[in-house]
Amino acid sequence: MANKIRVATTSLAGCFGCHMSFLDIDERMLQLAEVVEFDRSPLTDIEHCTDCDIGLIEGGVCNSENVHVLREFRKNCKILVAVGACAINGGLPALRNHIPLEECLNESYIEGIGVENPKIPSDIELPLLLNQVHPIHEVVKIDYFLPGCPPSADVFWKFLTDLIEGREPSLPYELVHYD
Amino acid sequence: MKQFIRGIAENNHYQPTHLLQILRQIQAHYHYIPEAAIEQLSELLSIPRTQIISVVEFYSFFHLTPRGQYELLISDSITDHMLGKKILFDYLANKLGVAAGEVRKDGVVSLDNTSCTGMCDQGPAGLVNGYALTRLDRPAIDKIAELINQQKPLNEWPSELFHVDDNIYKSGLLLDRQIEQGAALRSAFKRGIKETLKEIDNSGLRGRGGAGFKTAIKWQFCSEEQQTERYVVCNADEGEPGTFKDRVLLNSYADQVFEGMTVGAAVIGAKQGFLYLRGEYLHLNNKLQGILDQRRRNGLLGSNILGSGLDFDIEICLGAGAYICGEESALIESLEGKAGIPRNRPPYPVTQGYLGKPTVVNNVETFLAAAAIAVNGGDWFANIGTEKSKGTKILSISGDCDRPGIYEYPFGVTIRTVLNDCGAADVQGVQVGGPSGTFISNQELDRKLAFEDLATGGSFIIFNSSRNILDAVHNFTHFFAHESCGFCTPCRVGTSLLKKQIDKIVEGHGSAGDIVALEELCQLVKNYSHCGLGQTAANPILTTLERYLGLYESHLKEISFEPGFDLDGALETARRMANRHDASAHLAQTESEHE
Amino acid sequence: MSKTITIDGKVIPFEEGQTIMDAAMAAGIYIPHLCHQPEFTPHGSCKLCTVKVNGRNCSACTFPAMDGQDVLSETEELINDRRKITQMLFVEGNHLCPGCEKTGNCQLQAVGYHLNMLDNHFPLFYPDREVDASHPDVMLDQNRCILCTLCVRASQQEDGKNVFAISGRGIDKHLIANAESGLLKDTDLDATDRAAHICPTGAILVKRTGYQVPIGQRIYDHKEIDQVSLETEHLQHGE
Repeated sequence: MANKIRVATTSLAGCFGCHMSFLDIDERMLQLAEVVEFDRSPLTDIEHCTDCDIGLIEGGVCNSENVHVLREFRKNCKILVAVGACAINGGLPALRNHIPLEECLNESYIEGIGVENPKIPSDIELPLLLNQVHPIHEVVKIDYFLPGCPPSADVFWKFLTDLIEGREPSLPYELVHYD
Repeated sequence: MKQFIRGIAENNHYQPTHLLQILRQIQAHYHYIPEAAIEQLSELLSIPRTQIISVVEFYSFFHLTPRGQYELLISDSITDHMLGKKILFDYLANKLGVAAGEVRKDGVVSLDNTSCTGMCDQGPAGLVNGYALTRLDRPAIDKIAELINQQKPLNEWPSELFHVDDNIYKSGLLLDRQIEQGAALRSAFKRGIKETLKEIDNSGLRGRGGAGFKTAIKWQFCSEEQQTERYVVCNADEGEPGTFKDRVLLNSYADQVFEGMTVGAAVIGAKQGFLYLRGEYLHLNNKLQGILDQRRRNGLLGSNILGSGLDFDIEICLGAGAYICGEESALIESLEGKAGIPRNRPPYPVTQGYLGKPTVVNNVETFLAAAAIAVNGGDWFANIGTEKSKGTKILSISGDCDRPGIYEYPFGVTIRTVLNDCGAADVQGVQVGGPSGTFISNQELDRKLAFEDLATGGSFIIFNSSRNILDAVHNFTHFFAHESCGFCTPCRVGTSLLKKQIDKIVEGHGSAGDIVALEELCQLVKNYSHCGLGQTAANPILTTLERYLGLYESHLKEISFEPGFDLDGALETARRMANRHDASAHLAQTESEHE
Repeated sequence: MSKTITIDGKVIPFEEGQTIMDAAMAAGIYIPHLCHQPEFTPHGSCKLCTVKVNGRNCSACTFPAMDGQDVLSETEELINDRRKITQMLFVEGNHLCPGCEKTGNCQLQAVGYHLNMLDNHFPLFYPDREVDASHPDVMLDQNRCILCTLCVRASQQEDGKNVFAISGRGIDKHLIANAESGLLKDTDLDATDRAAHICPTGAILVKRTGYQVPIGQRIYDHKEIDQVSLETEHLQHGE
């Protein structure tokens, strides 16, 4: 186990769709498991990452917790990868960027149809929302980008095998998609 | 309103080419361009409403929503800032009770910033309903606020508020004496038109706008075109921040400028000329119209000029706040009543210019010199200057010196000589040729003003050692983003990106990688933009990065990366709404800062 | 002897009056472009087709071919810079491909794929832009407009109308519709107009035609834009 490549993954303002797509590498996961072990990830129960080789980030940055998690990954991962449309350009969650946060919160918690007990949630445990959703490259330095909504299983496979086998990762035409 | 608009359209002979002039009158009357006016004009001029809207939304001085009865604009040139503009602006806003970019609730006054108004030698400056205000200080602002609050008509305002000085401190070949009215034309007709072009050729005169194309060649090309309908245009859209020499030439030497245009018309065979006067120089309009009238009365304009058989007249067209119209093909578009978007070249204006006809566009100073050369001959001019830059150059000097104003020098003069003459001490650097030119440091004062060394359209802004160079870079970069016409991707998006990137560094949020990113972006904007604006928009950054890299680096944090936006500030709304004051309701800007 | 230019070392003939783009296309050489369509007057604004002509950057779609020109197109420098110009187009608008009906058929996307653009590189602008769904058959989503003016030109030059124009200045430039209300429904635009079909992105879409071809089976999902462009636009050149 000693020399396995440590990979951490997380979803910030994302839908876990990229993680699902990653799992679509199917039986190739077994092959991967021979050389890779997972650190912090929804696939494990590890809460914080430590000394990883590769960090895969799904989703953009929409709140204070996302910033903390992203920084933890940047600090602990040699290579940090933006995975999927939301991490790269904010994606669907960024649709709210055109609406002032105050209006969003009022609509959701105060004035919206069907809202009971109108009140803006306030608890020290709750992360606060940023005014806008940001792609992760605007908050920390990112080394690689895997576009797609989600990137296909083949994208994950190609990228990881390139890295593992010591090649500069590259995606051929068929694997580059923004949708 | 209907009758008013119809009247204006009729006075402009229902010509779509006069759209800017028509809209200027509507804006002056209503302080905006009402929707109904657009609909009516669309019918009267037989042009789509979209053409009118696109013109209104292109030029800074036109508005689709009402501005105040007093439209107050304050010049945002770096030279105004050096004279304390910011504090004065705040004082003015406070005094009038109106914020930048807004109209006061009672609709009486609106306030905003505007690009350099060409009063750098007597700023801080501004415009009220298009008329230049100079030497603004607190007493002047008190007075202006009082006049506005009393709603006094502009013609009852004290004239000293509008007083504009020439400030000519050093004259030479051209400014020493004006030619006698008609002298250039008489000489030209006597000598022969071809021979006169030859004299201009011998003089070595090159365009004074900065690019330096040989005037005689331009005129000759135009005269050789097949099409016989040709035009002469004088570019008086002097928008380069720090330039104001054309203002002075048109105030005190206009007769000679018009004469130079007429000589040009005789050479190329044009019947119609235009003086494209930047909107900021509205105060010169009446005086210039008077001079044209006088020239008509004296047989120097109109039909059969001086019995030579030459028919030629000049019309003055006013701009409406767009730096890009100083670019010759954008200027021609503007003359045609359109948004000032530079054309694809080739074809060049000498082949296809105004209304697709061969057109010569020259700078005010070029026509001034051409008239003098027609009288005095080519050698008179060519004997002065350097091998490649003949004659003299008229400079607009501003910034940190005792005597800001107009200086005329033979080409080849050193920066050091100029600085001595205008009383500049403790110089840190000079912006030569305006923001689109070159910023030189005090290590380069022996460099020469000439096309072969430091080319300049005339702007010369001096910075002493108390100034922060990055303030100037910041101001210029914002200027270009504001003035980009938006036609091509690299300039439209690139100048906005440059603005963001320079803001990030100046505001202290830059990190090591940001300088590399900045330089890379500069090269992209410079190398791929459609016209001179984009190609030079990165010059303030590039020329200072080259000389003051340490200054930039001193603004960077010693970390490898920092977000380009204020993280904690982005939590403010959520914090307020959730009524949170605990430590976890805040974010440090970078990880290294303790959280 | 017919006149020739050289593109990346390949000698190709041209006819008087042709641009570098015309000559290249006729010779089966693709130069990336978005604001250009051979049927309409070249515009020269997107700058993707920038090539080096005798050492100087020029827009291939507007610059005339002249005998002996040495043109460089597929250099590393030009490819990298074209990618950055494409990224500029992405960040200035709101291009959320997963939610756009044009995905897979979008030329902006396809140029991005062709140039192996994997990220946005620059900070995103997230501009506030309007959607005009007023027209019964056509919808206009300004979020996706790249200001190429193809709809403006198609409406004028092919439809004989004047439905669109570009207004504003600098980064505030935007498309406007020719109606007193400013709404598409009050213009004389028909769903059959060329202007309704020419948009290279998903800014102008004809209603009730969406998702007839599933995502993943669309034009650029399997075919690169260079091939598509040469197959379709080259034909138009010949007309």
